[in-house]
Amino acid sequence: MTTTPRWRALTHHHLFWPVAVLVILLLVNVPFTPDFFSIKMTDGHLYGSLVSIVLFGSPLILVAVGMTLVIATGGIDLSVGAVVAITGALTCSYISDQADQSALSGVFLAMGIGLVAAVVCGLWNGFLVARMGIQPIIATLIIMVAGRGVAQLITDGQIITVNSEPYKLIGGGYWLTLPFSIFVVAAVVAVTVALTRRTALGLLVESVGGNAEASRLVGIRSMRIKIMVYVFCALCAGIAGLMISSNTSAADGNNAGLWIELDAILAVVIGGTSLLGGRFSIGGTVVGALVIQTLTTTIYTIGVPTQTNLVFKAAVVIIVCLMQSPKFRAKVFGGRFGTKPGAKGGTGQPAAAQAEPAAATEPAPKMEVS
Amino acid sequence: MSTTTTTKRPPAAESRTPSKAAQLLGDRRLPVLVTAGLFLAMYVVGLSRYQNYGFGEAQVFMNLFIDNGYLLVAAVGVTFVILSGGIDLSVGSVIGFTTMFTAWLVERQGLPILVVIPMALAVGAFGGFLMGYVIHNFEIQPFIVTLAGLFLFRGLCLVISKESISIGDSSVSSMAGAQVSLGAGFLSIGAIVALVVLAVAFYVLHYTRFGRRVYAVGGNEQSAMLMGLPQGGTKIAVYTISGFCSALAGLLFTLYIQSGDPLHATGMELDAIAAVVIGGTLLTGGSGYVIGTLFGVLVLGLIKSLIQFEGTLSSWWTKIATGVLLCAFILIQRAMTARRKT
Repeated sequence: MTTTPRWRALTHHHLFWPVAVLVILLLVNVPFTPDFFSIKMTDGHLYGSLVSIVLFGSPLILVAVGMTLVIATGGIDLSVGAVVAITGALTCSYISDQADQSALSGVFLAMGIGLVAAVVCGLWNGFLVARMGIQPIIATLIIMVAGRGVAQLITDGQIITVNSEPYKLIGGGYWLTLPFSIFVVAAVVAVTVALTRRTALGLLVESVGGNAEASRLVGIRSMRIKIMVYVFCALCAGIAGLMISSNTSAADGNNAGLWIELDAILAVVIGGTSLLGGRFSIGGTVVGALVIQTLTTTIYTIGVPTQTNLVFKAAVVIIVCLMQSPKFRAKVFGGRFGTKPGAKGGTGQPAAAQAEPAAATEPAPKMEVS
Repeated sequence: MSTTTTTKRPPAAESRTPSKAAQLLGDRRLPVLVTAGLFLAMYVVGLSRYQNYGFGEAQVFMNLFIDNGYLLVAAVGVTFVILSGGIDLSVGSVIGFTTMFTAWLVERQGLPILVVIPMALAVGAFGGFLMGYVIHNFEIQPFIVTLAGLFLFRGLCLVISKESISIGDSSVSSMAGAQVSLGAGFLSIGAIVALVVLAVAFYVLHYTRFGRRVYAVGGNEQSAMLMGLPQGGTKIAVYTISGFCSALAGLLFTLYIQSGDPLHATGMELDAIAAVVIGGTLLTGGSGYVIGTLFGVLVLGLIKSLIQFEGTLSSWWTKIATGVLLCAFILIQRAMTARRKT
């Protein structure tokens, strides 16, 4: 409401509204659990709600970061859930065959095998999308359908349990008082941000998403970029698969990473990346993933029956998408949108979603995605 | 057919030989024929392998319709959507919701099933209408809107009840147990309804104005609009039909399984889309036949029964086989469209 330049610059920052939603969600918890923000030190480990939000949210963050780049090229990857299951299944079945499950070399080899399988899935997706020119949603549907079957084939339909200390570290262990997975996520995010924002790679990805044909004509190897993002996305999903299976010390071909693709897409959308491609924000995605995880935690803590979780998510998707739609904004807010971010007042989310895309996205060229 | 393909031939290297293969690839009916051929081939293989186990009985063939009637109805709805160039991911959730809604109303509220059926159909159709309305009026991609629909209906299932509700109502079980004798075998009510839906869809798509509009919008939305076709109404109608078909499929599924469960039919949207694709409908819209969808569903159903007859194969081979078939047919489609564009 105030019009001081600094405030306006703040509210127009593309991360402002996702962060605001996150903060509001966190604050909602305080009346229900007064010690929500307290972090205790027990046995040299940090415990607390904030730590567990990051811990449980880390696979989602990883998958969502990979998904961001795919969506930035105007594609979508539905196969990440299946890739999570395949990676976990391969790694766990290899470790469980070892005589000494705690041997470091065996664990590393197993993780290597799992990640290679993930990369192969990514290459296949990239090949279908970039080389064969199949719509991304359909091309990745193949692995989404068949991948779960493959994962169950690997585990023989059983839930394979492993008992390996080094493997347990990735998803459930602690290092320097913090969950180890936080370091993995931080490393992946840092590498991704460095590669996309410190080099021209991010620009190339955005240009391919904006207009693949035009980028090809100006000399960008759009095919190669596309294959690369699918491989990267699958690799991220693979690491997430390692994390999920390590956290539970088990590989479940049927349920590991179930619906994570939908959550990841949701996180990307909340983070302000347009589904039309051509623009992305890694920071926004990380915040988006945290918002989703916090939403889940909040639903648990405030005592709302957990089954309404999905209805909540549906409401969030609808609101965020409506707010991203230029036509909807024009109809509901007239021409004023974007200048008065709080205009709709009241609840945090609609206002958040309303102004955030207004700042971050312009009407992108219409593309056939599905 | 033959004249158009030869005149359209590009001046490329292969123009000298307007080979039969090239002509064949240009034929829109090819995918349907391939699927029908595949179905026959699989059936013959099944016959030769499991004849001693009674695979040849007419009832085994009828069971394909009985066991997959709900999938056929859902896939017919999805065919409309895909023909119009969209996609509907909410199918499985709407089916699950309908089973839950029906079971809840019949068992917990004591309403007669004949009152519940129209209510369930209306809810499904209204859900589809809402999604279509949002997709058309706010220009949001169908993928994301129907994804929200998926979340919403699955969530509503869980809001009704977390546990499954089994239906003990006598009228429901008599409906479920009713058999229509057809000489060599019998069909259930579900299978009959599915075949009626298929026939109606065939008539609507190929012999009415609305059907032509669906093809036109899917073929090229811009041209359809410039021709003055009511493209918005068509799109909304298509999603409404899909919602209605999903609800009907949910009712058939309820009859088939006689319970409501919040986890019923998870992922069935993928089966339905796979059946439509295997049936030869182009995912870009505008080309395909509803008969192809029938064969797509039959092929998927036959895979399941072959795996049952084999006995030693585990259920996850169904998923792998579906994925492989999906892949093969997508590549065939790709080869076809590439040829047509050049």
